[in-house]
Amino acid sequence: MRDVAIVGIGQTPVGELWDKSLRQLGHDAIRAAMADAGIEQADALFVGNMLSGELAGQEHLAALLADFLGMRGIEAAKIEAACASGAAALRVGTMAVASGMADVVIVAGVEKMTDTLPAETTAGLALAADQEYEVAEGATFLALNAMLMRRYMHEYDIPHSAFAPFPVNAHHNARGNPNAMFHMDISPARYEKAPVVAPPINVMDSSPICDGAAALVLVPARRAAEFGSGKRIVRIAASASAVDTLAVHDRGDPLFLEAAYLSSHKAYALAGVTPADIDFFELHDAFSIMSVLSLEACGFAQRGRGVDLGESGAITLSGRLPITTLGGLKARGHPVGATGVYQALEVVQQLRGDAGPNQLAHAHIGMAQNIGGSGATIVTHILIGED
Amino acid sequence: MHIARNWRVKKQRYSLHGEICHHCGAKVFPPRDICPECAKPAYDPLQLSGQGEVYSHTTVYDAPAGFQHQAPYALALVRLEEGPMLTAQLTDVDPKEVHIGMPVEMVTRKLSVEGDEGLIQYGYKFRPRMMARAA
Ligand SMILES: [Zn+2]
Repeated sequence: MRDVAIVGIGQTPVGELWDKSLRQLGHDAIRAAMADAGIEQADALFVGNMLSGELAGQEHLAALLADFLGMRGIEAAKIEAACASGAAALRVGTMAVASGMADVVIVAGVEKMTDTLPAETTAGLALAADQEYEVAEGATFLALNAMLMRRYMHEYDIPHSAFAPFPVNAHHNARGNPNAMFHMDISPARYEKAPVVAPPINVMDSSPICDGAAALVLVPARRAAEFGSGKRIVRIAASASAVDTLAVHDRGDPLFLEAAYLSSHKAYALAGVTPADIDFFELHDAFSIMSVLSLEACGFAQRGRGVDLGESGAITLSGRLPITTLGGLKARGHPVGATGVYQALEVVQQLRGDAGPNQLAHAHIGMAQNIGGSGATIVTHILIGED
Repeated sequence: MHIARNWRVKKQRYSLHGEICHHCGAKVFPPRDICPECAKPAYDPLQLSGQGEVYSHTTVYDAPAGFQHQAPYALALVRLEEGPMLTAQLTDVDPKEVHIGMPVEMVTRKLSVEGDEGLIQYGYKFRPRMMARAA
C-alpha cells in the first residue's frame, strides 16, 4: 500500500445558491481543486452525493460531472452513504491511490438541497433511515435525533443549556470562514430561547439545509512534491469506516455510537496515534447531540461527560481540542453529501496554515469524522501535515 | 410505499410478529434472517405481547408527506417487555403527558394516507397502558 497525500483543495461557498446548478457547483469546486494542485487531468473522479436522484431527478452524477468538466474517458462513480457520502468518497479515492490502481484522483462532494420545497428536502433526508420500521411509523431524521438527545439528558441528568457551547462555538468560528453559510455570533441566551422544532431540539441545535460543493486532489505521497504550489503536503495517515444498525431502535445502547468508536479506533491504530495526539477535530455536528456522542465514542470524554468539553472551553480555537474550527455543520452549513469533503478540506486548510483568522497555533494532526444517518455509517480520517 | 411492499410486512405491522433465535435466545423485532446478536441464520416465530415502556420520545410538528393530517404527534422509542425496541407513534395521549418510562401497549391504527389515491397504511401505534396487568 502506498501513502496518499492531498495536494489540491477547492470549494464553493455554502448557502442557498439559487444561481448555481448541481453540475455548476461540482464544476466550480473541482476546477478550483485542480488549479490548486496544478493538474489538467485526472485518472478518476469519485463524487460523494446523497440526494441528486431524489431532489434533482439526476443520477449518474459522476459521469455527468466528468462530462461537464471535459474529462471524458476517465473513470467516474458516485458514492452514496447518506450524510457520510463525502467521507465515503474520500475513502474510495484513498483506496484507489493507496492500492496503486490510480495515481491522480479527484474526490468531490456535491449537494443541492434548496431547489425543492423544505418538505421535499426533509423527506429526502429521511431516506437515510429505515423506510419500513422508522419512516413508515412517522419518524423524521430530526425526531430520531431529538429522542437521542432527550434520553441522553435523562440518563445523565443534563440540562438542555449544557449543549449551548457547541452551536455558540460553531457560529463564532464560522465568522472567520468566508465560505460559511452564517456569519453571526449567537449567545447562550439566544440558544436557550430558540424555537423548539422537535423537543428537546431547537433551531440552534440543528444544522441548516443548504447547497455546496468541495473537492480534493489525491496523489501518491512520494510524488506529492510534483504537484501544487509548494504548500505543506498533507498525508492521509488513516482512513477508516464502520457501520452500525440502520435503525436507532435496533442498537443495544442507542447513546453509544459504536461505528464512531470502531472507525476512530481503527484510525488511531492506522495512524499510530492516541486521542491525546489529535490537535483538532472536525466532527459531525448535524445536531448538538451528535457532537457530544461523537466526542464520547472517539475517546475524548467519558460517557455522559462530552458536554464538559463545551463548558470548559476545550472545544474553542484556543482550547485543548478545538472542534468545528471553520464553523462545522451548524454554521459553515451541511450540504449533506458534500459535508465529509468540506471537513477534510478544512483540516487541510488548518494543516497548511491557510485557515485565516481561525488558524490554530498548533495544527499538526487533524481528524475529521462524517456520520451517515443517525449513526449507521461513520467514516473517520486522520490527516498529518508533513514537515 | 407500494401495495406489495406493505403486504409483505403486514404480519409484523399488524400484530408484532417477531422472532426468537434458537442459537442464542435473542428476541428479535422486526423479523430478519440473521440474528443481530450472534449473526447465525436462526429464526423461529415469536408473538410479541405489545407491552412496553417509553425509552425516549419527541413531538413531530413538521410531519412528512402522508402524516401531515396527524401533526403534531408524539413519536417514541418503545422498549418491548421481551427486549426489542421499536419506533412508533403514541396515540390517545397528549404529547405533553408523555414521559420516559411510561408504560404503553400496542394498538392497531391508521399510520398514514398516501398519494392521490389515498392509500391508507395501517400498523402499530402505542397508547398509555389501560389496565392493571395480572402478575
Ligand atoms: Zn442469535
